[in-house]
Amino acid sequence: MFRYYWRTRTFAAVVEPVIMLVAFGIGFGKLVSHVAGIPYIQFVGTGAVATAVLFSAVFSAMFDSLYKRRYQRVYDAMLAAPVDVDEIVTGEALFLGTRAGLYGIAPLLVAFCFGLPPKPTMVLVPLVGVLTGIGFAALGMLFSAMVSTYDGLSYVISGVITPLFLVAGTFFPLTRLPDWLRSLALLNPLYHCVELIRHCAFGLHPGADLVHVAALAAFAALAWALAVWRTRARLVV
Amino acid sequence: MCGVFKRFGAVRAVDGLELTVPAGLCYGLLGPNGAGKSTAMRILTGQAIADAGAIEVLGYSLPEQSKLARARMGVCPQESNLDVDLCVRDVLDVFARLYRLPSRARADAVDRALALSGLQARAGDRAVTLSGGMQRRLLIARALIHEPELVLLDEPTVGLDPQIRQELWSLIVSLRERGATVLMSTHYIEEAERLADRVAIMSAGRVVAEGTPAELIRRHAGREVVDVDGSAAHLRELRALADSDGLPTRQSGPSLTYLHADALDGRLPAGVRRSANLEDVFVRLTGDYVE
Repeated sequence: MFRYYWRTRTFAAVVEPVIMLVAFGIGFGKLVSHVAGIPYIQFVGTGAVATAVLFSAVFSAMFDSLYKRRYQRVYDAMLAAPVDVDEIVTGEALFLGTRAGLYGIAPLLVAFCFGLPPKPTMVLVPLVGVLTGIGFAALGMLFSAMVSTYDGLSYVISGVITPLFLVAGTFFPLTRLPDWLRSLALLNPLYHCVELIRHCAFGLHPGADLVHVAALAAFAALAWALAVWRTRARLVV
Repeated sequence: MCGVFKRFGAVRAVDGLELTVPAGLCYGLLGPNGAGKSTAMRILTGQAIADAGAIEVLGYSLPEQSKLARARMGVCPQESNLDVDLCVRDVLDVFARLYRLPSRARADAVDRALALSGLQARAGDRAVTLSGGMQRRLLIARALIHEPELVLLDEPTVGLDPQIRQELWSLIVSLRERGATVLMSTHYIEEAERLADRVAIMSAGRVVAEGTPAELIRRHAGREVVDVDGSAAHLRELRALADSDGLPTRQSGPSLTYLHADALDGRLPAGVRRSANLEDVFVRLTGDYVE
């Protein structure tokens, strides 16, 4: 499948976060020069990695799987072959998650151009991206299994994706938020992804980072289990 | 399938279905729309889970062992579920993988399926560009990629031109000749009559008659029948009279058909005498229940 679409998909997934990074970094960076001791464009650049992973994983999973399930009914065809629902969900989540994780590297490369110093620990960034991507791809599968039309997905986008994306420490540090909102943000998988990416770029905090990895793994496992459950309810009657 | 029930809300789609398909035959599941044929097919692939009943496919008990059964059967659905964005060859290759064909055998399997469906010349075209008949042939070829022992065809020729139907018919006959068991649902009587070694007639979720087409005709319609034309009112009268005399009839559009005419000589009104066919049986057994 990917062979057929890689040009359009890759373009969208790479160009959007790069534009976001450049716009915020340069535009907003004029007002705020440093955040948490880091030049703002480098702060946003590392945050945009997480955004790229989120958008690429969750949107492709939501729209592609709704199309394949409901309109093209390819999943139906697969289930007539020796393939089960959990295998379909696993396959989609692994593929879309891995792809999203790799797309996440693009904003980092742009941030290099704006003076982000390369560090050896940055090789971990794609791994964090893939782990996050798998979770968000599974979440996208879950959402698509909860709706019957594309319209239904707009609730998800405004009600879930946008808050996840805004309150994750991507564009501003969470330290300024009221305590209750900061506690809520701890439940946001994207927050854990953002923290890990920044630590890969500016210095690891082994203890805290293991907790972030565990949180992302737990999120992926939960999203996968729920996605299998809801998708099965749609496909096997 | 033994004592199988499946209900969707208030609708009893399958209602005490008993069905045994002997190996090596082409078996026709004949019934009007809504008789439960497609639901029965989906139960056989594990895509619908029966509420009650025992189901065995190729020696595997369902739904627990459905995956093992699916590995040895091929399924052609009623409505296309092709990944139409892929080219024809890739559609087949993806399913060769899903059926776990070893990588060495895959290219050959794809070539064989292309030849079988006569789509070699279109192998590189996207499936979306194929005509309706070609897409249907691709669906069947996809179901045959792993040379299954059992082939399920759900209304394989619905909505197709007569020429294409006949092409598909010869494809189906060739399947059986190669030793596969074919279970085919249809509401086209001619299709069942031409292709099926045995037929089960379904109505309202259960089998109402079963046998070879010739047996069914002899049992339920006799050797000959008589068609009587007339006004609707006249036919109503005749039908009421026949019912009270215990004569089997069936409505056939603008006329009334007396079944078992050969056994009822002298007791029938004047009409056109002809050989009984499967349509007489079908309408006699299911006509009153059609939605």
